[in-house]
Amino acid sequence: MSLVESIRFIMPEIILLVGAIVILVFSLFVSKKNVLGVFALFAIAAASLYLPQGHKTEPGLFFNMLTNDSFSLFFKEICLFITGIVILVSIGYEELKEKYIGEYLFLLLNGTIAMLLAVSSNNLLMIYLSIEMLSLISYILTAFLKNNILSSEAALKYFLFGALSTGIMLYGISLTYGLFGTTDLGIISKAVSAGQINSLVSLILLVLIFAGFCFKCSLVPFHMWAPDVYEGAPTAVTAFISVGPKAVGFAVLLRIFTNNFFPLYISWVNLAMLISIFTMTIGNVIAITQTNIKRMLAYSSIAQAGYILIGFVVGTAAGIEGVLYYILAYTLMNLGAFGCVILVSNFIKSDAIEDYAGLYKKDPVTSFMLSIFLLSLVGVPPLAGFWGKFLVFNAAIQSKFILLAVTGVINSIVAAYYYMRIIKCMYLEEPKVKDTGPKSVPLQIALAIVLAGVLIAGLYIAPFLNWIKASQSFF
Amino acid sequence: MLFPILTCIVFLPLAGGLIILFTPKKNIGLIKTIATAVTAIDLILSIILLINFNYTGSSMQFEENLSWIPSVNIFYHLGIDGISIGLIFLTTLLSFLACVGSYSIGIRQKEYFFLYLLLATGMLGTFVALDLVLFYVFWEIVLVPMYFLIGIWGGPRKEYAAIKFFIYTLAGSIFMLLGILAFYFTSTPHTFSILELGKTTGALTMPIQILIFIAFYLGFAVKVPVFPFHTWLPDAHVEAPTPISVLLAGVLLKMGGYGFFRISFPLLKEAAHYFVLPFAILGMINIVYGAVVAMAQVDFKKMVAYSSVSHMGFVMLGLASMTTTGFNGALLQMFNHGIITGAMFFLVGVVYDRAHTRDLNKFGGLGVKMPVYAGMLTVFSLASLGLPGLSGFVSEFMSLLGSYAAFKIITIVSVLGIVITAGYFLYMLQRVLMGPLNEKLAGINDINKRELFTLIPLMAIAILIGVYPLAALKFQMAAIEQLIQKLGGMIF
Repeated sequence: MSLVESIRFIMPEIILLVGAIVILVFSLFVSKKNVLGVFALFAIAAASLYLPQGHKTEPGLFFNMLTNDSFSLFFKEICLFITGIVILVSIGYEELKEKYIGEYLFLLLNGTIAMLLAVSSNNLLMIYLSIEMLSLISYILTAFLKNNILSSEAALKYFLFGALSTGIMLYGISLTYGLFGTTDLGIISKAVSAGQINSLVSLILLVLIFAGFCFKCSLVPFHMWAPDVYEGAPTAVTAFISVGPKAVGFAVLLRIFTNNFFPLYISWVNLAMLISIFTMTIGNVIAITQTNIKRMLAYSSIAQAGYILIGFVVGTAAGIEGVLYYILAYTLMNLGAFGCVILVSNFIKSDAIEDYAGLYKKDPVTSFMLSIFLLSLVGVPPLAGFWGKFLVFNAAIQSKFILLAVTGVINSIVAAYYYMRIIKCMYLEEPKVKDTGPKSVPLQIALAIVLAGVLIAGLYIAPFLNWIKASQSFF
Repeated sequence: MLFPILTCIVFLPLAGGLIILFTPKKNIGLIKTIATAVTAIDLILSIILLINFNYTGSSMQFEENLSWIPSVNIFYHLGIDGISIGLIFLTTLLSFLACVGSYSIGIRQKEYFFLYLLLATGMLGTFVALDLVLFYVFWEIVLVPMYFLIGIWGGPRKEYAAIKFFIYTLAGSIFMLLGILAFYFTSTPHTFSILELGKTTGALTMPIQILIFIAFYLGFAVKVPVFPFHTWLPDAHVEAPTPISVLLAGVLLKMGGYGFFRISFPLLKEAAHYFVLPFAILGMINIVYGAVVAMAQVDFKKMVAYSSVSHMGFVMLGLASMTTTGFNGALLQMFNHGIITGAMFFLVGVVYDRAHTRDLNKFGGLGVKMPVYAGMLTVFSLASLGLPGLSGFVSEFMSLLGSYAAFKIITIVSVLGIVITAGYFLYMLQRVLMGPLNEKLAGINDINKRELFTLIPLMAIAILIGVYPLAALKFQMAAIEQLIQKLGGMIF
């Protein structure tokens, strides 16, 4: 396909870029959060309208750099949804000063462009570039409260860890190039299928590339940045980081490993299984002792990534569907949980779990919503989180990964304890909370949307499963 | 059947709960009226069910089957047979009575009744679901309201008791989820339907059957509770408010036993036979150990809680017998225990509300001050210790009769449990009702009309089944006989 014909497939990215620049320029004249935020939302809506339609796979865009298939479409929809919710959440986030909202939205929209490119990349170099772009924007967003020492520290840690792990990944990519003479995944895939590669070399390069994604998806042993960054970053950014880069990380992981390196499955499956087991266990066990809700949610999201990885390890169609559904459910409930945290922190000015005591009395609606999101994270049916676990455990048992399923199950019990602790605090303890202030309307809209999502994706799951089935084009 | 009566019974409480959510917090009278009306209608519906129930047939009745999640073969499949109908009646009855008993709840009534009705939906759904995933969903729904009901409205150590209950039951049930998934993949074609899985038994190899059986066992044994998974029960009971204790003992414990009847035994025949002896031994331990520990209690409520552990042992023993008599006894024991122990918890609540203590040594001579209460307490204590002519005797006798054929020594030891039971109940009666009146309790009032209203129906049923057991047995006999035939057990 020629260059010009390819352009219509990146219309969403172009729209977002134009929108971002317009916002940056306009922010010189208007600094009302709401106005700029609504404009950014329009850009997101327009971008999603222009998503390439149809489930036909279109390879070979931009000299094979990008591809367009139902898989990338699924993740593009999720990414746009994430950014839309994060914008709503950010408008309602008080610590974000109106003066800087233009730059903030500019970065957020550019981050979205990076995500959209990453999930449709079909070339290791393109993947590296888009992920690096996303990372750089994440570092800046993390440091956005530049007068806050925690925020700056978090960004520095994030940057150092990120630099190290992308360095490792880049090394893996360079080895791949040395081995295959190309970075095009389609050509590599053919060579791998032909089976003429040294298994030791392939193992080394797989491990190196995998390490890069472990960082993005906050998998053990590259998870150490997550708690500090989640705690230090502005909470709206934390919400974004906890779902956006993670979804992208898993998308690209699936594309590279399951779609293209699948013949080498045997050489990575045990490693991935170990990582999954350690990620779940370490995340859950450390989460128990946390006293700051953002840190706790950081460890919780590490553990959740471990569950998602189960589906990847299994590697069957059922496993991939489990991963996709889990990412969807995880996005909804995590955005919801962080949205509630922002709403609460706006008036209690604290993220300590003990300050949530008796919240039900002052703010019954938020307490109720936060409880639903936490119960969904626990995996209580019929909420979305339950079906995510159901589907990945289902896939694990089907393929006889009993150890993985049992570890997952035991971890869910451990996890129940710390999630319930917050619910306990809100409902069972006597209030310390001061009176609530006015609540931001956009934030409440965002919460209503994700709450509806958690309930609908749980109770009326059939259409979601059909959508996911149509989206995974690997098997 | 055109009218989806089971769906109505299950979701009517939830609908009522949602209406309550939109009722003003201050209007407590309206909230109570809605909750009572909803549970009353539910009770009437379940009586209609009893009247229209065909107890000569052993197949599922009032079935409803809709596709829920087609891509993984999950169905919204409801139905009842002789095994579940008694438990549904028990649940609706106790839900209604405990709802009336909840009028004395003093704080946060709106949340209380919402959670209460959500709990009712979960319990009823568990007994009618015929799809394993649907069963699991209802089973887990019960957990959340129960956690709050104990944790918010409970006693001094409520937080500890609530989280202990939550973690214990979640731990058990999540292994059950693995068992459910294992069922799905070992069946051809893949199905979650309890009925389909029941038809194709024998396809599973023994090691897999045993693994699945253990996975389900963990889920059910925690709920029953079977020794050594019983430690959450005394804590939860002691801390829970009276109406919730009633439901906990009356209905929640039955969910575990029901699981054995509905899933473990019919779906895993060979494994069930393999585990008969451990079942019998655990039943014996429950009976004797529960009774001995109950004897040592000074807390009235804790004593009744441990008596529950003891009584549920007869269910295990009856199941282990693999005879129709034993099975009938076990199932009837679940129903009777719900009625009698439910009433016992009401009675503990009555005296606690007045004396503000549950210490058995601080009562004394209440028989003079509270004659009606004394009469009630005596009747239910006698029913609980197995006096012939009252319902407890019938089912315990049948369980023992059934198991004697299979396990003589175990049965003989278990009978000792009954002696101890008689001992601690009579000792309790002596300490509460007889002796000199404790001066501090001189101003105590007798049981009031509302409390009496919650106890009379239970007493009527306890006497009816005691005198004419067939009134209850006729509903379940055909289903039990079919189950025993399928299991290859003895019919006598």
